[in-house]
Amino acid sequence: MPWLSILIAVPVLGAVGVALLPKGSDKLAKQLALVVSLVVLGLTVAMAVQFSPNGNRFQFEEKYSWIPSFGVHYGVAVDGIALVLIALSAILVPIVILASWHDAEGRPDATGLAPKRSAKTYFALLLVLEAMMIGVFAATDIFLFYVFFEAMLIPMYFMIGSYGGVQRSYAAVKFLLYSLFGGLLMLVAVIALYVVAEKNTFMFPELIGAIQDPTTQKWLFAGFFIAFAIKAPLWPFHTWLPDAAAQAPAGAAVLLVGVLDKVGTYGMLRFCLELFPEASKFFTPLVIVLSVVGIIYGAIVAIGQTDMKRLIAYTSISHFGFIALGVFAMTQNAQSGATLYMVNHGFSTGALFLVAGFLIYRRGSAQIADYGGVQSVAPLLAGAFLIAGLSGLSLPGLAPFVSEFMVLIGTYERYAVPAIIGATGVILAAIYILWMYKRTMNGPTAEPVKGFTDLNGREKWVVAPLIALIVAFGFFPKPLLDVINPAVDKTLTNAQVTDKQPVSTVAEKKGAGQ
Amino acid sequence: MNGGTIEAPTIEYALLAPMLLVFGAAIVGVLVEAFAPRYLRKSIHVPLTLLALLGGFLLTILQVVRDGVPTTPAAMGAVAVDGPALFIWAIILILALVSTLLINDDEQFVAQAAAVPGSSDEEEAVRSGYAQTEVYPLLLFSVGGMLLFPAANDLLVMFVALEVLSLPLYLLCGLARRRRLLSQEASVKYFLLGSFSSAFFLYGTALLYGYAGSLDLKAISAALGTVAGQDTLLFVGMAMLGVGLMFKIGAAPFQAWKPDVYQGAPTAITALMASTVLVAAFGAVLRVFWVALGNLDWDWRPVMWGVAILTMVVGAVLAITQTDIKRMLAYSSIAHAGFLLTGVIATGAFEQNRDALSAILFYLAAYGFTTVGAFAVVTMVRDAGGEAGHLSRWAGLGKRAPVLAGIFAFFLLAFAGIPLTSGFFGKYAVFSAAVAGDALPLVVVGVVTSAIAAFFYVRVIVLMFFSEPAADGPTVAMPTIGTSAVVALAAAATVVLGVFPEPVLNLADQAASALFIR
Repeated sequence: MPWLSILIAVPVLGAVGVALLPKGSDKLAKQLALVVSLVVLGLTVAMAVQFSPNGNRFQFEEKYSWIPSFGVHYGVAVDGIALVLIALSAILVPIVILASWHDAEGRPDATGLAPKRSAKTYFALLLVLEAMMIGVFAATDIFLFYVFFEAMLIPMYFMIGSYGGVQRSYAAVKFLLYSLFGGLLMLVAVIALYVVAEKNTFMFPELIGAIQDPTTQKWLFAGFFIAFAIKAPLWPFHTWLPDAAAQAPAGAAVLLVGVLDKVGTYGMLRFCLELFPEASKFFTPLVIVLSVVGIIYGAIVAIGQTDMKRLIAYTSISHFGFIALGVFAMTQNAQSGATLYMVNHGFSTGALFLVAGFLIYRRGSAQIADYGGVQSVAPLLAGAFLIAGLSGLSLPGLAPFVSEFMVLIGTYERYAVPAIIGATGVILAAIYILWMYKRTMNGPTAEPVKGFTDLNGREKWVVAPLIALIVAFGFFPKPLLDVINPAVDKTLTNAQVTDKQPVSTVAEKKGAGQ
Repeated sequence: MNGGTIEAPTIEYALLAPMLLVFGAAIVGVLVEAFAPRYLRKSIHVPLTLLALLGGFLLTILQVVRDGVPTTPAAMGAVAVDGPALFIWAIILILALVSTLLINDDEQFVAQAAAVPGSSDEEEAVRSGYAQTEVYPLLLFSVGGMLLFPAANDLLVMFVALEVLSLPLYLLCGLARRRRLLSQEASVKYFLLGSFSSAFFLYGTALLYGYAGSLDLKAISAALGTVAGQDTLLFVGMAMLGVGLMFKIGAAPFQAWKPDVYQGAPTAITALMASTVLVAAFGAVLRVFWVALGNLDWDWRPVMWGVAILTMVVGAVLAITQTDIKRMLAYSSIAHAGFLLTGVIATGAFEQNRDALSAILFYLAAYGFTTVGAFAVVTMVRDAGGEAGHLSRWAGLGKRAPVLAGIFAFFLLAFAGIPLTSGFFGKYAVFSAAVAGDALPLVVVGVVTSAIAAFFYVRVIVLMFFSEPAADGPTVAMPTIGTSAVVALAAAATVVLGVFPEPVLNLADQAASALFIR
């Protein structure tokens, strides 16, 4: 069964269906979008259970010639890393749809903006985006990857620009131009890779080891890496993210930070390391410095934010520093941790953004100063915010802790000083999260907050699965690690790194012993 | 002397049939103007023009299907109907056909060109329902010239073709119904600068004749290896010829006419110019620089590098400052000419040339369709005083006319080269040819300017979709069947070439397989 093609096709067809609904059928559009996304989730689960972690590296392979003149194939397949990221996308999309139920209608907000565009378009864009997110992780043809990498900007651009906050068009354009610029540099590298490799194909497995010359490797690495560093985003390429995430509607922000940005770190792990191993080693010190700076810088700037969504965006910059650190530490532990982090960060930041979105929907403002004492009027809402926040600061027992710990341990094996500096990011995380919680939830109840209702049924359904996943993977990450570890092994082999310490046992212990 | 008899030259009529058909129809059109009563003229011209262009297209296809691609020049070596020429013919004819559908003479063209703008003569002409139906034969003559231009195998024939293609266009530019002064200004500017560039071309031709003793492209190429000590003639001649050709494609620093002319001309004519003239001119550029001067590429390539870089940068940067949609598209066309030039430079061994040629051909086809579609949309967005040219008038169009604005946004994304549009594969093809041709720095400039260019395309999308509509915003005219057909066809071409480019890529590959015949 062509699982991956079906996974890409179903949301596309769903999007077409949603878009073709007659005017005024917004409710039907939402229901249809939700059903489609649940079908995709179901299919993803059905595919995931058939995945054998210790089988071939790439499974569910499909390969058809797409543009023979350019040597381009429609090639899709997943290894463990891609599989968990596809699963992350498939889980987040229905939750986001449920959470965005009223986002697109645009109730008249404080600035008096007129109601925005049709909900139908919003959900159609969401489904298109889902198809592209699955496609980008599934692509084994580098050209196809590039096509998804660039094309997925467009639905996100329209989601931010049409449905976002007051400064939405500025944020949308900044987001698009930054990403496009990175993408175009990558395009040069993609073309050069094809020309230099002289293999007449873009298939990733065949291109591994095709570039031997160290200088060429370095240039190509730079082309790919800058694109991924902008996407991820790594300090100092991060300035677009706070704007985009703050202006995007909460649901779109979840997918932007939770999934789209992962394409950057995924790309580093998959393409940079394996295609250009020599160059990766050459650039490792630089990347590690950038990552550590990002960890600390993101955290410190987050502390100073007055806008909740911007604050969460800066925490993500800090977290992406951890992920990039893990990827380039080139140890089994660090890379497995980084991959796990990509998944956990999706859940944890997703929960934070969505709960913040609920708050903003109630109050009509994202300013932290406009809240206070929410705990006493909406305890469930406050509780959900607390758990999501605690997962953001990597509290033991919650999922991100496992991954952050693995990254730090794995990095320490090779690079002790960066690991130690990076670890201080954990302390800073406690400050920005708890301080935000204190200012919004504790203290005397602010006047406008008094009318807050607690989580309604729909919102509970949004928050419950995320918190369940965060807690479950916090105690028992083994299912994920079982899938991730073999794939990371292969990556390290192709990156020509020998991991001196066999660490799979450490990972096992951590999985079982929490 | 052979007894005073003159041997009749052999002419391959079948091979030249598409061109002859178009010219023939143009002459019939002139006769229609002379003899048919006024009320009948349009109803004769429209089918005549469409049939001539369609017939030409079908004859081109028939030629390829039946006899394949000729391997020797036709008409005593004056015209080279080779693979690239046939591919270019097919593109020009189909794009001209599509542009003709956009021509709606009562709406876009002046009632009587000779009447002074704003005079009582003009009112009189409008009242009596005059129409300048000469538009159609003029268009056919111009298209005929465009067919000959890229196929000319002889510099003098090429010059004649250049004039035949340009003169009717100068006239057509001055015939806009609204903002007539702007239109006439555009016409005069185009005419003056165009004649200037033709003079350069002719002077270059003369100098090269002085150098090589022949006007034949192949003979000039041969002379490069045999004639010594005449380098001044050669280089000055080459430079002059280059100026003439670069003017036609609108490469910097010879781009100044483009924005004015594109803005002033009736939009249907702008669509024709922006698509077909660029195609024809690139055909001629390739033929001159690859066939006649191909062995001199070490000498012209550095200059061409400069021109390409300048063209890309000027086009992309100046476009940002534009406030008129047609001027913006004009600058975008300049930037695209720069991208195409990177392909012209990407010469090397035989395979390399073939790939570069195929890439340029594909790019031209993809770009031509998107351009015609974009201008077709421009004709539909109207204010009280005609088309709503100023960008600020486009604000909020996405809310008034979501489908139209969506299609226009799609065309803009194609210009920007976003994947899954035809523009992406065009750009990819040209850039990959350039990388393979050791022009990596040029490609880096190309992608950087692409990013700059994306900014102004995206700005229009922002205006259309993310801004509130103005209270007295423009209306979207009910499209005629012709206009909607054009928009639909262009959108379909942009999608199909963006998702399944293989068939057209394959055609371009085959057309380029033997390069130009010499």
